[in-house]
Amino acid sequence: MTISIDPQKTNNESLQPKGWLRYLSFSLDHKVIGIQYLVCGFLFYLIGGTLASAIRIELASPMSDFMPRDVYNQVLTLHGTIMIFLWIVPVVNGAFGNYLIPFYVGARDMAFPRLNAVAFWLIPPSGLMLVASYFVEGAAQAGWTAYPPLSITTPQSGQIIWILSVLLLGGSSIFGGINFIATIIKLRRPGLKLMQLPMYCWAMLGTSLLVVLSTPVLAGTLILLSFDIIANTGFFNPVLGGNVVVYQHLFWFYSHPAVYIMVLPAFGLVSEILPVHARKPLFGYTTMVFSIMGIVVLGLVVWAHHMFTSGTPPWMRLFFTIATAFIAVPTGIKFFNWVATLWGGKISINSAMLFSCGFIINFVFGGITGVALAQVPFDIHVHDTYFVVAHFHYIVYGGTVFIIFSSIYHWFSKVTGKMLDEKLGILHFIITFIGFNLCFAPQHWLGLNGMPRRVAEYDPQFQFVNQISSLGALLMAISTIPFLINVFLSLRNGKDAGDNPWNALTPEWLTSSPPPVENWEGEAPLVEEPYGYGKEISERK
Amino acid sequence: MTTLDSSKEIQKNNSEVNEIHEDFRMFGLITFLIADGMTFAGFFAAYLTYKAVNPLPDGAIYELELPIPTLNTILLLVSSATFHKAGKALLKDKKSESQKWLFFTAFLGIIFLICQLFEYFHLPFGLTDNLFASTFYALTGFHGLHVTLGTLMILIIAWQSRIKGGRLTSQNMFPLEAVELYWHFVDGIWVILFIILYLL
Repeated sequence: MTISIDPQKTNNESLQPKGWLRYLSFSLDHKVIGIQYLVCGFLFYLIGGTLASAIRIELASPMSDFMPRDVYNQVLTLHGTIMIFLWIVPVVNGAFGNYLIPFYVGARDMAFPRLNAVAFWLIPPSGLMLVASYFVEGAAQAGWTAYPPLSITTPQSGQIIWILSVLLLGGSSIFGGINFIATIIKLRRPGLKLMQLPMYCWAMLGTSLLVVLSTPVLAGTLILLSFDIIANTGFFNPVLGGNVVVYQHLFWFYSHPAVYIMVLPAFGLVSEILPVHARKPLFGYTTMVFSIMGIVVLGLVVWAHHMFTSGTPPWMRLFFTIATAFIAVPTGIKFFNWVATLWGGKISINSAMLFSCGFIINFVFGGITGVALAQVPFDIHVHDTYFVVAHFHYIVYGGTVFIIFSSIYHWFSKVTGKMLDEKLGILHFIITFIGFNLCFAPQHWLGLNGMPRRVAEYDPQFQFVNQISSLGALLMAISTIPFLINVFLSLRNGKDAGDNPWNALTPEWLTSSPPPVENWEGEAPLVEEPYGYGKEISERK
Repeated sequence: MTTLDSSKEIQKNNSEVNEIHEDFRMFGLITFLIADGMTFAGFFAAYLTYKAVNPLPDGAIYELELPIPTLNTILLLVSSATFHKAGKALLKDKKSESQKWLFFTAFLGIIFLICQLFEYFHLPFGLTDNLFASTFYALTGFHGLHVTLGTLMILIIAWQSRIKGGRLTSQNMFPLEAVELYWHFVDGIWVILFIILYLL
């Protein structure tokens, strides 16, 4: 394999629109596509966040007085679908993956740049379609799980639009996954060994394997579901002899790995951020790699722990409880490794570091409730209560979204060449952290006391705790304001960052900020030790 | 796996790509086919679960005859072989021979689809009659969609392997190899489908 670069021939920039307009074009540059994913995802995050606020306003009082009950169901369905399929999955995979992976493997672009652009441009139309389904008579209201028979018996038009939209997003996700696998395995710079890759590459490799293996099953399931709705077949309709539990099995065969699709890349990103700001090598690189692969393998065989109350036979309960408990082992290894990375480091307290530490705290909490939920007796007690809502948001918001913000603070200077304001960043972190814990910690208590989820009304005895939770949600909504002001002001007149403000060693920092179209002037650098902090420069390879 | 050795072509077709590297389009295709196979795996799993736990309701008709699907299995297996012949011929730059084999393969694919439709029209049950009928049509229909797409792609590469101006040559084998791999994949799925739906 040879790589030859001729700077004379590579200046094709004139073909592409310049300035911010290139973010609206069918660009093949992986950096542009990464930013497209990020900004598009963030816009949908704002929509999903507005819907979440509406849910919390409704739940501030026990009666359904803010909106009618079926509108509440539509709002929570849209909130879940938008946040998962249009914010977390595209941003944590598509945005950071596209921006960073080619740098990390020492390439000029992704393996299949056109496929990459197609994968991104599937997202805005399907997202708009999903949002538009709200204005159709009878928007989808069966939750993001779309369990039959609910999804079959509720009004059809909205549910069909929902299915089409999720199918398109799944296709986008699969195209992205194929691209990442090919880029990481095949497009590595000559001389760069697999075990020298930054940890995010391993996380993305594992995630992409999960995407490729499990997303098609969801696609097939949704096709069958749409037949049930349109063509009056009975795959999942008990009245026509169908079987709802088969839907649940097929759905969770995707949707449990989907949790790892949302969380593994965050594991990778935090492994990049912590060593830089603690000035120490990543602790236990090899165990990290094997933990990721262990999570990938185990993640495919734990799905039925979502179905302990669906008439699951005892042997299945036993198997899936044990498998789920086992997943705590590789996850635990990773947590101890991160703590050990911080241990004795020269820690700088900045926004990126604070959000990463917030992630560790929140995720440990979510992980503990996760192990608790894997136990059948406990799960049956809290199934479909707010305990599950709390657990899930501790993983996905307290875990992944914290890391998305941490990564934005870390890589903003690389993308724009400007620094984000640290004071506003720390303010953002404090409000987010307090708001998040205020919002979701009380929900554990609510769930243990039997408040069901996905219902607009509840027993008045829960009102006070629900109001605390709503107050937390208000803080979370407010926390977006300093972040947006920060980004806006820093883009306008932020401090000049220089090429490598953190003195980081991973390859994306060894080029100018913002990077040139071909990523590096001249040959791609060979970084054999991406975490060689605390060593003399002469000792580094 | 082929390698793209005409670097000028890359530069011309792909203005953004400015490095010359190994061709891994085949790698991408294999990854995609694994994903596609998982869709079928989901369908098969659903069908087998239904078979295990959902009894056929009283009076429901779900009977399959073997002759047509057996003929279809033979058709697809033969078409895999003829496709392979086409590839061999192209490797020796015998373009017209390659094209003949490709057209013959596409012909077999079309016969397969006609037989499949004939079976559909003569089965004693319809799509919505019962659970197994629905699953049968969903599975064979989804596979038939794959055969349809495959046949169209074979016709396209047969057109591309024409003597004058066709871009398929022994130097540019990738389109043929890609469609061939896809066609073998569709065959393999059919064999599994035949065993699970008709024989079990």
